[in-house]
Amino acid sequence: MDNFTVGVVVFPGSNCDRDVSWALEGCLDIRTKYLWHESSDLSDVDAIVLPGGFSYGDYLRCGAIARFSPLINALDYFVKSGRRVLGICNGFQILTESGFLPGALTANKNLNFICDDVELDIVSSKGGWFNDGDEKQTIKLPIAHGEGRYHCDSDTLKKLVDNELIALRYKNNPNGSSFDIAGITNEKGNVLGLMPHPERACDETIGGTDGLFTLKSLILK
Amino acid sequence: MEQFAVKVFIRLRPSVLDPAGEATKSASIKLGAEGIKSLRIGKMIEVKIEGNGENEVREKIDLLCDRLFANTVIEDYEYSLEKL
Repeated sequence: MDNFTVGVVVFPGSNCDRDVSWALEGCLDIRTKYLWHESSDLSDVDAIVLPGGFSYGDYLRCGAIARFSPLINALDYFVKSGRRVLGICNGFQILTESGFLPGALTANKNLNFICDDVELDIVSSKGGWFNDGDEKQTIKLPIAHGEGRYHCDSDTLKKLVDNELIALRYKNNPNGSSFDIAGITNEKGNVLGLMPHPERACDETIGGTDGLFTLKSLILK
Repeated sequence: MEQFAVKVFIRLRPSVLDPAGEATKSASIKLGAEGIKSLRIGKMIEVKIEGNGENEVREKIDLLCDRLFANTVIEDYEYSLEKL
């Protein structure tokens, strides 16, 4: 794994790209490379993180413009090849807008921008993104979003439940998300989108290490 | 080529909660407006576009609405078209 490299995508307006890179390099000794959104050459990265922020100012809808960047166009082949993609917050919004994950993320029920630590139940560890032992696992991660209310129709929700695609559920739903959903995977399990920020929970000095497992999972085959 | 003025209206689907609409409804009632039963907020996009006839322009606008202007998971759209 010496040469394993995680591409951290930088859109105009991304603001968690350096946090992700810091967490991967500084806490996990995993090499990273920033990928400017206009690049479509993903040949020298082994996994990709779409970080949080406000890509393209989140004009129109969160993630709606980012979806048309050359990098996101190139992501289809990358995902189909089985390599891993992690979308955090704005990255999750981009993954739903671009159709890699079902549903949509819209304004929080109470209209507040919520910046807090939340407790999350690990529902499924499809793809190995979370540590799900025999007992029910709960983790604590920070959230920071104004538009994190997950919404999907009832057929999609049934499909998510039946296929174990719901990764995380809020213990105390902060934003009105359908079925308390905080994170989901695609059917193959190699794409995870979540609103909480694992990269902000990678060191005890900043409040916890519950995010380490998910970031470390980027190197899984 | 003909030129058209298009007004696209995008609305949250009826099944999707509109917290901004609810907050505005609450403020409207505080202002003293009576009888408001429902208030929902959408977007309007004005486009000037040219093409070979209305059908071709409608095809372009349909594509824009479906792929960019609206997220059809949570939003519906409709538009009006006027030849300039």
